[in-house]
Amino acid sequence: MTYIRPSFRHPGLPKNDIGFTRADYEGAISTLCAGCGHDSISGAIVQACYEMSLEPHRLAKLSGIGCSSKTPTYFLSHSHGFNSVHGRMPSIATGAYMANRDLVYLGVSGDGDTASIGMGQFVHAIRRNLNMVYIVMNNGCYGLTKGQHSATADAGSKSKDGAINPFQSIDLVGMALELGATFVGRSFSGDKTQLVPLIQAAMSHPGFAFLDVLSPCVTFNNKPESTKSYDYVRAHLEATATIDFVPEKKEITVDYAEGSSKNVKLHDGSRIQLHKLAPNWDPTDRGSAVNRLYEAKSKGEILTGLLYIDQESRDLHELENTVHRPLNSLQETDLNPGAAALENINESFR
Amino acid sequence: MKPTNIQDPEYFHKVVDCQYACPAHTPVPEYIRLIAAERYTAAYMVNWESNVFPGILGRTCDRPCEPACRRGRLEDEEEPVAICRLKRVAADHKGEVKHLMPQGPFASNGKKIALIGGGPASLTVARDLAPLGYEIHLYDEWNKGGGMMRTQIPAFRLPETVLDEEVNYILDMGVHTHFNHYVSSMRDMLDKDYDAIFVGTGAPKGRDLNLPGREEADANIHIGIEWLAGVAFEHIKSVGKKVIVLGGGNTAMDCCRTSRRLGGEAVKVVVRSPFKDMKASPWEIDDAQHEDIPIMNNMPPKEFVVENGKLKGVIFGNVRAEYDENGRRKLIPTGEPDVFIEADDVIIAIGQDNAFPWIERDLGLELGKWDLPVVNKVTFQSTLPHVFFGGDAAFGPENVITAVAHGHQAAISIDLFCQGDDVLTDRPGPTTNLISQKMGIHEWIYDSGVTNDDRYAVPHEDKRKTLANRKVEVELGFDERLGFKEAQRCLNCDVQTVFNTSRCIECDACVDICPTSCITFTKNGEEEELRERLNAPAQNTDQELYVSETLPTLRVMIKDEDVCLHCGLCAERCPTSAWDMQKYLYQVTKAGQTCSNLVE
Ligand SMILES: Cc1cc2nc3c(=O)[nH]c(=O)nc-3n(C[C@H](O)[C@H](O)[C@H](O)COP(=O)(O)OP(=O)(O)OC[C@H]3O[C@@H](n4cnc5c(N)ncnc54)[C@H](O)[C@@H]3O)c2cc1C
Ligand SMILES: Cc1ncc(C[n+]2csc(CCOP(=O)(O)OP(=O)(O)O)c2C)c(N)n1
Ligand code: SF4
Ligand code: SF4
Ligand code: SF4
Ligand SMILES: [Mg+2]
Repeated sequence: MTYIRPSFRHPGLPKNDIGFTRADYEGAISTLCAGCGHDSISGAIVQACYEMSLEPHRLAKLSGIGCSSKTPTYFLSHSHGFNSVHGRMPSIATGAYMANRDLVYLGVSGDGDTASIGMGQFVHAIRRNLNMVYIVMNNGCYGLTKGQHSATADAGSKSKDGAINPFQSIDLVGMALELGATFVGRSFSGDKTQLVPLIQAAMSHPGFAFLDVLSPCVTFNNKPESTKSYDYVRAHLEATATIDFVPEKKEITVDYAEGSSKNVKLHDGSRIQLHKLAPNWDPTDRGSAVNRLYEAKSKGEILTGLLYIDQESRDLHELENTVHRPLNSLQETDLNPGAAALENINESFR
Repeated sequence: MKPTNIQDPEYFHKVVDCQYACPAHTPVPEYIRLIAAERYTAAYMVNWESNVFPGILGRTCDRPCEPACRRGRLEDEEEPVAICRLKRVAADHKGEVKHLMPQGPFASNGKKIALIGGGPASLTVARDLAPLGYEIHLYDEWNKGGGMMRTQIPAFRLPETVLDEEVNYILDMGVHTHFNHYVSSMRDMLDKDYDAIFVGTGAPKGRDLNLPGREEADANIHIGIEWLAGVAFEHIKSVGKKVIVLGGGNTAMDCCRTSRRLGGEAVKVVVRSPFKDMKASPWEIDDAQHEDIPIMNNMPPKEFVVENGKLKGVIFGNVRAEYDENGRRKLIPTGEPDVFIEADDVIIAIGQDNAFPWIERDLGLELGKWDLPVVNKVTFQSTLPHVFFGGDAAFGPENVITAVAHGHQAAISIDLFCQGDDVLTDRPGPTTNLISQKMGIHEWIYDSGVTNDDRYAVPHEDKRKTLANRKVEVELGFDERLGFKEAQRCLNCDVQTVFNTSRCIECDACVDICPTSCITFTKNGEEEELRERLNAPAQNTDQELYVSETLPTLRVMIKDEDVCLHCGLCAERCPTSAWDMQKYLYQVTKAGQTCSNLVE
């Protein structure tokens, strides 16, 4: 019986710029069901962080409740982590981010955790443009509590127990666009080629980066009649563009034909190189993204890839003009500027 | 790449690195699991079927399996499983085994076979053919069977009791022995009307070194293998205090260590080439050094110094090695002054040659280059159709396990020949068996966990005791507890990862869980280019890539077999059982075996 993963790794694993191998970004062995899409997303997160040469201690993992929210245990063992109450991950993220803007914040949530109990929190995190990556591992059901339809389940979708969902679904991507999210993408757990660069781009984006990742629940929601099953998703995928993430120091190596490609420069100097597959779509134009999404939906397609990015994004700290340094590094002299400063302030009110 | 044909018996065989490397293809992981289960007798019999001399080989095998062991590739410092010494655990702790072996008397099939030479090659032929009803006549010049295992391998490495036991298992099958009988004429043998003759006379001639002083000092200059045989038969009981052994192979190691036990106090091994080029096995060199024997390299001997008709020592030059682009070595004198080393005795251990002075050259039995017989590499048949060769006699000096492997194959040929079948085209293939190990979601019939333990060292007897008596065995062997722990280090490479394309839903679970990044789903391509773009680079081209049929996403599954831990996690994580762990038992078919009478 094995719940133990051997500690041997491939002896020829390559190292990234800071001397770490992929193994240095792993977590504990997963206890999710065999074949759960969530595990693949964990794998993509590991790969993305490894490729970006991120120092694990510079990242904080935050989550709520659900199979999806358990995954932070299964990646980045050397990072910070906080597993909050159901649907309350955005509050914790907000507090942490206000206290220390130096970390990279990675929120992991489920469709239940976000679209039902945590909807209010989610909405306000977008509105405040919290500088974080917010991944919803979207399986259309409450996996942890045995597969009840969630609010993202499509009307008519059938789960394992045969129940047909009578309600309309909430499209989190459409909502995020509508609410003014500054980075919006959608992907599929079974497509790491697309997911890994999307996560990297999201981590480089200064502001709220939302990723809706379809992630089949093999145990409760993988019937062919479910619109969140491996078969259905694969059959209906439609990408906006192929995507390559090019870190700041690296050269762009892929050349696409004129007109079909677009380079998006990110705040930190890195670039996203897109080879457009969708017509009449510009990733920096929110309106075109909304239209494209609507079109795809009406044709029964699942539109994936980067949908929208606001290159002028100004995050919460910028909007609030708050202190640059983490609160725990502020000394008494920083916090108590003295009587003269108080006098100045008082003076301004007179 | 084309999809892998796992029906080819050699595909999974190759994954079992140790078994593949073993000349006799012993099912290594199979017997190691039996040891871990404390089923020593069964473990012994698995060995006995393949390699005939488990107790002997568990002490003396050249162990080509160990450098091949997958475990040794896992990390820089990681060492292979102690496969050879585990074999000894089976032999040391087994129960009664004789009743599990073929029981005579065997009904005669009317055919008579002569075996010339009583070493492991001939004994293996006897073991395979006697139960089939052949009348076996074994000739050897010494008074007992075993060949060089008896005359050369010193008792402190191989106790006589172990040797006698395993040789007798065979002789007791009704073999007619003609000991103390040197065969001096092949013509006479051919005249005796044997249905077939097997020549297993080894490579019995030790090389000499004709340097100035060689003849005058003859009384104190010895040829290594002759000297060791003299010691084994107790014609030689002592040696001088100062001994020089010339040569860097295993014979030199046995000579120097034997000298230490016969009165040699200052024993030195002097080798003309660099340390790293020495032919001796690393563990034999270690053991010699542990017995206070210095090894001096880059010193070719120039002259035996004789004073008043008696040996005084040897003069050596100094060289350094240079290698050309083909890796060919040249020893270049350094110009430093020659070195004189004192010696009471010198033992020359610089190699062995084949010698067939007793084979007349007009018999139609062709001898080729270096006086080696012309022998077919598959059938071991000579140019006289009913004469077969095997062991060191066939292609030059090798080792015991190679002699055994030859013996098995020669026995098949002799049997085919005597039954009127074609020795080449009628040869049987291996028997194979692939069985799922699944018992539950996380449960396998085999112990799939991977321990991190380092290789355990075999305990040694106290040096004072072993140097005082040449018959005291140096290695004590693993006890049951250490044997178990070492057995647990085996990765069970015979439990294969078997992939079923039609079941795979491409969820990536196996890719994500695999500790050693063996599995990749990607677009197919040419092998060379694919090896570069797998999840971990597949640089060991000796190991195969396992390629699936094309999947629904038009990709293929590619598994690099190189450092798979056989941990079964891919199969545990697979939601559809597209992966399964299946035990692959590969057995070399032996003479007279048909499907119906195979063991297990
Ligand atoms: C010093 C030394 C140490 C070794 N240590 C090891 C070791 O640790 N492990 C290992 O695997 N291998 C070892 N070997 C090699 C190994 O002993 C041989 O490779 C192996 O024994 C060969 O087996 P064989 O059956 O071909 O012949 P042999 O074992 O050589 O047996 C041939 C027999 O035939 C006899 N014979 C020869 N000619 C005639 C004739 N005309 N008439 C009658 N009898 C004849 C010989 O006297 C001998 O008894 C060692 C060899 C030497 C020299
Ligand atoms: C306050 C509260 N209400 C209800 C629950 C029960 N509960 C646990 S997980 C879960 C749904 C999780 O669904 P989702 O976020 O989609 O995660 P999944 O398991 O599908 O990945 C619910 C309702 C809870 N733990 N806490
Ligand atoms: S119940 Fe569903 S979501 Fe939860 S681990 Fe199992 S497959 Fe994944
Ligand atoms: S018999 Fe020798 S070569 Fe074969 S597996 Fe055993 S130790 Fe290795
Ligand atoms: S058995 Fe499977 S999971 Fe384990 S190392 Fe081999 S391929 Fe990887
Ligand atoms: Mg869910």
